[in-house]
Amino acid sequence: MSTISREEVARLAALARIDLTESELNRLAGELDVIVESVAKVSEIATADVPATSHPMPLTNVYREDVPTEPLPVQDVLAGAPAAAGGRFLVPQILEED
Amino acid sequence: MSTATTTLVDYDEAVARFDPVIGIEVHVELGTRSKMFCSAPTEFGAEPNTQVTPVSLGLPGALPVLNRTAVESAIKIGLALNCQIAEVCRFARKNYFYPDVPKNFQTSQYDEPIAFDGYLDVDLEDGTVVRVEIERAHMEEDAGKNTHVGGATGRIHGAEYSLVDYNRAGIPLVEIVTRPITGLGDRAPEVARAYVQALRDIFRALDVSEARMERGNVRADVNLSLRATPESPLGTRTETKNVNSFRSIERAVRYEVSRQAAVLDAGGTVIQETRHWHEDTGTTTSGRVKSDAEDYRYFPEPDLVPVAPSREWVEEIRATLPESPPIRRRRLQAEWGYADAEMRDVVNAGAVELIEATIVAGAAATAARKWWMGELARTANTEGVELAELPVTPEQIGELQRLVDSGRINDKLARQVLAGVLAGEGSPAEVVASRGLEVVSDDGALLAAVDEALAAQPDIAAKVRGGNLGPVGAIIGAVMKATRGQADAGRVRELVLERIAQD
Amino acid sequence: MTAQTPAAGRTGDLTRRSAADLAAALRAGEVTSVEVTQAHLDRIAAVDGAVHAFLHVSADDALATARDVDARRAAGEDLHPLAGVPIAVKDVVVTKGLPTTAGSKILEGWVPPYDATLVERLRAAGMPILGKTNMDEFAMGSSTEHSAYGNTHNPWDLDRIPGGSGGGSAAAVASFQAPLAIGTDTGGSIRQPGAVTGTVGVKPTYGGVSRYGLIALASSLDQAGPVTRTVLDSALLHEVIGGHDPRDSTSLTDPLPDLVAAARAGQGGDLTGVRVGIVDELNGEGYQEGVRARFDESIALLAAAGAEVVHVSCPHFDYALAAYYLILPSEASSNLAKFDGMRFGLRVVPTEGSITAERVMGATRGQGFGDEVKRRIILGTYALSAGYYDAYYGSAQKVRTLIQQDFAAAFEQVDVLVSPTAPTTAFRLGEKLDDPIAMYLNDIATIPANLAGIPGMSVPNGVSDDGLPVGFQILAPARADDRLYRVGAALEALLEKQWGGPLLDRAPELVAGHEPTHALQTEGTPR
Repeated sequence: MSTISREEVARLAALARIDLTESELNRLAGELDVIVESVAKVSEIATADVPATSHPMPLTNVYREDVPTEPLPVQDVLAGAPAAAGGRFLVPQILEED
Repeated sequence: MSTATTTLVDYDEAVARFDPVIGIEVHVELGTRSKMFCSAPTEFGAEPNTQVTPVSLGLPGALPVLNRTAVESAIKIGLALNCQIAEVCRFARKNYFYPDVPKNFQTSQYDEPIAFDGYLDVDLEDGTVVRVEIERAHMEEDAGKNTHVGGATGRIHGAEYSLVDYNRAGIPLVEIVTRPITGLGDRAPEVARAYVQALRDIFRALDVSEARMERGNVRADVNLSLRATPESPLGTRTETKNVNSFRSIERAVRYEVSRQAAVLDAGGTVIQETRHWHEDTGTTTSGRVKSDAEDYRYFPEPDLVPVAPSREWVEEIRATLPESPPIRRRRLQAEWGYADAEMRDVVNAGAVELIEATIVAGAAATAARKWWMGELARTANTEGVELAELPVTPEQIGELQRLVDSGRINDKLARQVLAGVLAGEGSPAEVVASRGLEVVSDDGALLAAVDEALAAQPDIAAKVRGGNLGPVGAIIGAVMKATRGQADAGRVRELVLERIAQD
Repeated sequence: MTAQTPAAGRTGDLTRRSAADLAAALRAGEVTSVEVTQAHLDRIAAVDGAVHAFLHVSADDALATARDVDARRAAGEDLHPLAGVPIAVKDVVVTKGLPTTAGSKILEGWVPPYDATLVERLRAAGMPILGKTNMDEFAMGSSTEHSAYGNTHNPWDLDRIPGGSGGGSAAAVASFQAPLAIGTDTGGSIRQPGAVTGTVGVKPTYGGVSRYGLIALASSLDQAGPVTRTVLDSALLHEVIGGHDPRDSTSLTDPLPDLVAAARAGQGGDLTGVRVGIVDELNGEGYQEGVRARFDESIALLAAAGAEVVHVSCPHFDYALAAYYLILPSEASSNLAKFDGMRFGLRVVPTEGSITAERVMGATRGQGFGDEVKRRIILGTYALSAGYYDAYYGSAQKVRTLIQQDFAAAFEQVDVLVSPTAPTTAFRLGEKLDDPIAMYLNDIATIPANLAGIPGMSVPNGVSDDGLPVGFQILAPARADDRLYRVGAALEALLEKQWGGPLLDRAPELVAGHEPTHALQTEGTPR
């Protein structure tokens, strides 16, 4: 039984902002199906009474004092930018507005 | 923009036939010195991208560390809103791609907010108190700023490219979410405005934020839905974003009530969507449709550990909380002896703090109110600015009033002095000196003017000498005129009477 | 050896010596850091054409550090014990002024404006950085075949994989191009390459070494650690990079245990009173015959040295691989979102249609990421997406709890747990490239430690029937990294006594200029 269709992979790729070619879509659908099938067994033992662990070490309350430090020099900030103008990162037009 | 609904139902008619339900999300930028998760400074108005570290720039390898003061501020806000403070809470990642979000996820609290289940009693102008229930207050980080360049309209859709400044990215925010506020009827817009105003007052009183609306320190998103009757299930809501002045909040709610009523009247259905408020036209337009495709894939932020504020810390913070603004207002009203209507005007004008500081600077409560609600209110109104934005401080008004009280200037001169202060000519004392506005207190000079006036109007002088004090005002007026108003009228009257008695 | 260094006549081949030996020679004034560093740079020039362990060699930077250390030593300054000993750094670690790609095309040409905390500590200790080592792209893989910049070859057999993801660091150390290297271990990326190249690799307790400046794969699993040829060298390096860092919220505040002392104590070969537990779930079906034979022999050595050996069961380990392949892709899908062509690195502009930020992001990520990275991001996106979270990511986190409980119960009975590090010796290049699941199974024995945050070490414990090295894994409770060093150093001493020298002495000599002859040899430059 297939759990991850090609369409599902396309939806996920859009969510993950990754352009995939037709052949990649087809291949990934098959591969992910196999992988998901083999990892799905986690739910066998993940019963309601078992607490979830998100952090391997049980630390709490790690804070920084509210003291500003020297920021990165602006030339370092922009040094790696694919494009910049006027001290800012230049990016292509943004279609959606949040 | 062209698709904006233009047919609207008259507001009064709309609220007569529909029951509006509102919900408000307010974001407040905390006034911490460094950012939420890194030590980048937070100076307002700095040059682009000069307030960033590898963390706030989202560079590979960078890791967040939580600002203790931001947590403390969030707890203060929670306590001031009568919330429970979580024993343990976490941050999560809200995953979405957008160029002003440097990591392409926002670090935000999700299902475990630091504060929850609170309320705020909001005073309306007529003295009615409305209780707004607070669902939660949670911590999150702000995004950078896009500047859209090129294109025909300058709006996002026509832009050719954008310039991104990450100075704001990572500034700590607290988001406060209400439960649906029901039973408001036609007062929904007023309550929305008063609630956000009350929050603003609290942020300032707590000293957690400058809370300046015009700088975007406080940003409101207003949810609104209509239903047929208060017994009907909740209708579909819209979320109007970025309504950034008190007046706009009220207008935006009114507009959405009228718009949604028109949609429903036409047999249509309200679409669940984000709408954008346009200050210039006073309308909202459709933004993004909220759909199932919006899948933020929240999961606990592994790079930050849980926040577990000890009860001792929470109680310590509670003990340092200032008086809540409404209670404080009631106390001040009693101290100042203002009538209810007077106090309400003062509050609505945003003059409580100004008057309080003016009194501290030496003015009597009545005099302080007279200045701020009189001359200064008129000036602010003419200029179209808030009282607090006038170029005069409470300390200067206090000084001005002390000059009046000491007799160095009179009321008329005081208004001229104030004009000088507003014009940037310096402190009241400096304006008095530079404009030569001091009351003529040299009795010799005044006596000469009195003698001159008595001589000039012998008929009146005679009447007064005869014991008829009625026309004495004419003599005083003449003296005042001769001294260009710089005499103390009371002293002039005394001198006139002395002179006549001597005769 | 074909790579004779200028200093070789006076000091012997500097590249064959351990870091501890080099440090002693430097302190004694027998050699200079410039000589040691140059010897390794020469070795790199001679053999890395065949091994391809390095993505970037920072000769100038390394020699500048070496000269500085020599000058300070000459001036009588009190220097760090490892001052002047050169090191190679995995390319997933951010280095100011040195290119950092994480093995990905999407970061080609990126020069970070800051140093990782551990790099700051290396620099503060005066350790010349020889260069950045090859790795599977974003540390996703067990063979280094997923690097965008070509394979690294196993120095024992150039047609075989050096393990992964840190194959470059392990191969550099195994082929004497560096005495020390930094690796990172998310599911075995230090230990498994150690096993298949005959080197020592340590994954410290989670939080023991700062993650600030490691390009994150899976934040709750990643941990940097030493890659060396001896257990003592690992302890020395671990003490340089370990310890609290206020820039990493998950960094432990506890002081590091005395690791060097533990290693020296272990070298005596006495394990009286040490309780050793064999994990039954990590030593059976699927493990190569030679791997099991060497493991059993090592156990016998430990017992002969006085250790009390028992069998323990960790029943939930059977679910570890599944949980890992949900947690890792989920966290990675979010950690790798920042690579979008907007602020740094590659930007790919679509050749047709409108040019929008959204489309540029999609094209950049579509072309900038390799197959394995795409596979895992999509898998992680799936595991976190609405409607699937509870069944996948949520369940995996619960399995994580159960695995921690298994470890806690086991460590009530024993001081350390042991298993083979990897189920097989190095496989041939290309052999498992088309079978992701088979590739994932390489990490079956190393993954549980990452899920639980506990420390682990791989020590070379012989060669299998195919003549290739195998590794012995030691696991200890969180914060008890010193136990790894005591037991590891003891085993190493006992084995070397049997062998009459280090295992790596048995590795074939690399001929300068040798080019591998297999089909993948052309992948020496970025694709």
